[in-house]
Amino acid sequence: MSHTPVLELSDISKSYSDRQVLSGLSYSLAAGEYVAIMGDSGVGKSTLLNLIAGLDSPDSGEIKIDSKILPVEDEAATILRRKYLGFIFQAFHVLPHLTLLQNVSLPLLLNHLSLDRAPAMLAAVGLQGREQDFPHQLSGGELQRVAIARALVHRPRLILADEPTGNLDQDTSREILQLIRSEIKANQASAIIVTHSRLAAETADRILVLDRHGLTPISLENRK
Amino acid sequence: MSPPLLTRWLLQGEWRSHRLQSIVAVLAIMFGVALGFTIHLINTAAVSEFSAATRSLSGTSDLTVRALRSTFDETLYPMLSQHEGVARANPVLEITVGIPAKAKAVHNPVLKILGLDMFRAISITPDLLGVPAEDKPMDMLADDAVFLSPAAMEWLAVKQGDSITVSMGTEQITLRVAGGLARAHAGQRIAVMDIGAAQWRFDQIGQLSRIELKLQQGVNHTAFREMLGKELGASYLLTESQDDDTRAHNMSRAYRVNLNILALVALFTGAFLIFSSQVLSTIRRRSQLALLRVLGMTRRQLLRQLLLESGLLGVLGSLLGLALGYLLAAMALRHLGADLGAGFFPGLEPQLHFDPLAAIFYFLLGTGVTVLGSLLPAWEAAHTHPAPALKSGSEYTVLAALRAPRLAAVCLLTGIIFAGLPPVYDLPVFGYLAIVLLLIGSMAALPYLCGLLFSTLLRALNPSKSNILYMLAVTRLSNASGLAAIALGGVLVSFSLMVAMAIMVTSFRVSVDNWLAQVLPADLYLHPIIHQDMRGLTTDEQQTITSLPDIARIDFIRSIPVTLDPTRPNITLLARPIDRNDPGLIVPLTENALSPGEISPDTVPIWVSEAMVDLYGFKIGKQVTLPFADPSQLFIVAGVWRDYGRIFGAIQMELSDYRKLTGDDHVSDAALWIKPGATIHTAISALKALPFGDTLEIMETGRVRAVALKQFDRSFAVTYLLELVAIGVGLMGVAASFSAQTLTRIREFGMLRHIGLSRRQIQRMLTLEGGLLAGFGIITGFLLGTGISLILIFIVNPQSFHWTMQLYVPWAWLVLMALAVLGAATLTASVASRRAASGNVIRAVREDW
Repeated sequence: MSHTPVLELSDISKSYSDRQVLSGLSYSLAAGEYVAIMGDSGVGKSTLLNLIAGLDSPDSGEIKIDSKILPVEDEAATILRRKYLGFIFQAFHVLPHLTLLQNVSLPLLLNHLSLDRAPAMLAAVGLQGREQDFPHQLSGGELQRVAIARALVHRPRLILADEPTGNLDQDTSREILQLIRSEIKANQASAIIVTHSRLAAETADRILVLDRHGLTPISLENRK
Repeated sequence: MSPPLLTRWLLQGEWRSHRLQSIVAVLAIMFGVALGFTIHLINTAAVSEFSAATRSLSGTSDLTVRALRSTFDETLYPMLSQHEGVARANPVLEITVGIPAKAKAVHNPVLKILGLDMFRAISITPDLLGVPAEDKPMDMLADDAVFLSPAAMEWLAVKQGDSITVSMGTEQITLRVAGGLARAHAGQRIAVMDIGAAQWRFDQIGQLSRIELKLQQGVNHTAFREMLGKELGASYLLTESQDDDTRAHNMSRAYRVNLNILALVALFTGAFLIFSSQVLSTIRRRSQLALLRVLGMTRRQLLRQLLLESGLLGVLGSLLGLALGYLLAAMALRHLGADLGAGFFPGLEPQLHFDPLAAIFYFLLGTGVTVLGSLLPAWEAAHTHPAPALKSGSEYTVLAALRAPRLAAVCLLTGIIFAGLPPVYDLPVFGYLAIVLLLIGSMAALPYLCGLLFSTLLRALNPSKSNILYMLAVTRLSNASGLAAIALGGVLVSFSLMVAMAIMVTSFRVSVDNWLAQVLPADLYLHPIIHQDMRGLTTDEQQTITSLPDIARIDFIRSIPVTLDPTRPNITLLARPIDRNDPGLIVPLTENALSPGEISPDTVPIWVSEAMVDLYGFKIGKQVTLPFADPSQLFIVAGVWRDYGRIFGAIQMELSDYRKLTGDDHVSDAALWIKPGATIHTAISALKALPFGDTLEIMETGRVRAVALKQFDRSFAVTYLLELVAIGVGLMGVAASFSAQTLTRIREFGMLRHIGLSRRQIQRMLTLEGGLLAGFGIITGFLLGTGISLILIFIVNPQSFHWTMQLYVPWAWLVLMALAVLGAATLTASVASRRAASGNVIRAVREDW
């Protein structure tokens, strides 16, 4: 594991209307690190992910991804996001009218990369032979596998996962979490997983709790 | 730019999964483009044919000299032929004769005979030279010889050596077909004979219709025209071939523009359809589009993708529209004629030519309108914040962007202001803009109005006592009025157009019917075989008719064409007995006329049609000169009357005044009142028994009215067709909107099924929603349609055709249409609701896609 930070948050603040969500948050994520962020509802976990993804901009502070400052301007932020980041959502978010192979190929196409890796990624998540299926033919767990393949297919530096097992039963969740971890490690990516689930958090290298004081590392025993 | 493969996948995916919406959008654009292109092709064919035919008559001449009257004294010819700057002069006498043999089968069977000086014509109009039989070269100058164009020979079914009988007034003249013409314009029915023979045979000794001039090389045409104009004075007109083109263009311009506007209305409806389907599509795909943004698609790429999606549909629709338009034009030319039944270009057989420039214009218009229709929803989708858009339920926020009460107010207010502005180049440009603004303004106001109505209704409901389905339907319409308004737009557009056209056409038809009753007060009308016959009826013939025992009263009318402006079609002068003290008895006045006391003794009163006021500024009280009388004679406009028969303008004056001023005592028509006790049948028999009875066209008033109304309906046939297409497109929009909304709301239905609503209940709720919405659409559509009809009746018609009409609302027809639209919309909602209540909605709650 390299210790060069893949993500640096410096004194990040964000408020909506008159509500301060994040205040002076700083954190550094090392390359290859896989952390889980927990916290109460409304504390700003999703806001933090949106800021890191460049989908929203902080009121103050600076975000660096792979030592590059995340630009405020949408076009530039989008270009950086498409190259360096991968996403896994609670609601899967796959395009219903594209085949599984086409869904997984989306980041490759957007980054002008060869499509060769897409079938391999589908195979890696256990969906070999299902390339031409459409999303409506899949179960929830299978859909999340597609999302994992899509998140990693273009070899991003950082994966952002927002409650990736929120829509799944416990057995499927366990299976998916293992897959996320193994694939992230296999692809040498870093990851931040935002979750309420102990099961999910336990798969991470480190667990952080987000509260009004910022990000605090804990062990699961301390959360009990 | 997105990678081409990604663009293709996204396009294919969207079109494959929503074929119906895509097909409806393509059809909408196709119909709009097809109609516009059809009308353009037909009119271009007609106008260019008319111009070419006119030009072929003047040959290679540089300038044509005509009189403001139909003929002038030939002493002008030697003066012009020896005029400095003139190389050659060619005198022409043009006579329009009737063909008695065709009178029964053809209405107004006319043949144009040109009297030419063959030795002069050889250098200016060589194509019009007669080709005699080889053994009869002197037929070129024979007094009974006529040379016919191939189209005329075919029409008359004669060949060289046969005879034809032509009529002028009650006189019949037999001529010998001596041969064909050197090279006549294809399809043009024309005859040529020696000018001296024509003058003698048709009693026009010493008269010419025009003199064509070929100028010497190096002579400046404009300067010569100006100089000669001054020399000849105001009684003569100098025209060039482009004046004829302008004249042909002006003849059908208003009609053409109006038809084009109707085609654009179909295109506008199509654009709205694209807009509504694109709004619904972007709402439905809100989280998918947000995902693309999250995965790295830039705003610009997404905007391009969405515009490309609809743009390609526009391209396809436009291409299909061009093909269909060409096909329709060919069919219309074949079955309805060059003027689509309006009667502007009789006797022409125009050929259809593909016009690449126009095709490009209509292609760009169709595609442009499509892209424009999808611009707002695409812009909103590309600029929305992707993070919240990923979450379900965020779709309702998109409609906030479409709520535009200020835009609505501005459009409606500007529309009302525009309605009061004058025409531009004789066209009601601001009138049409006012209609477009009213449509856009009403559409923009819909979400607000819909929310207002249904929230008021909701407050009035008692939740504990009201039916749950009714409550749910009204609640949704109240709280998601933006989404409801999208579907409502289709009903509003189609129904308002139906109402507007129904009110306009009914008002027009009833006004025409009332007008006919007023202008046709007599029992019988007669005229020689053709209208505006140069010779008409002589005084002896008039006396003979007057002396018939069954006739109680007879009004003779002299009708002649008069040129006031060479670039405009001729106006009509009608001289008839008019009571100066009460002109309204004969003339259908629109306002108070001058009383006899207000008419100075040295002026002659004339009563002008509304077109004369608009086109020539002949306002009441204005003193003018007219070309058929001495320039020193002043006429005063004593009143304005409504004329649905002659859109280029008409003047009425007392027959006695006309005779005094011109010495012309012939008449063109007669109106006859039968004595009490006598029957129309016996009167007609007596008229037919006159020595010249078989040359008369005698019509009962009822028949004249029937023929006029038939002509009215015929000229509106195309309008009805266009209206039907616009309505069809609108109803397709309703179907597409409801169907697309059902997809958008699939999660909502899944939730309702989960909490215990049965499929049938969901179906009933949706049908109820559809019915309530359509009902509201019909009410607003009626108000908007009435507004549009008022603009059509009081702004567009007077500014286009220079006539006014009274307002008549066809209530029974409107109620029927309202019920039909209500039925169609409810049925569509009901059919769409079946899909909504199907099994997969339950799954939609679990899966967020």
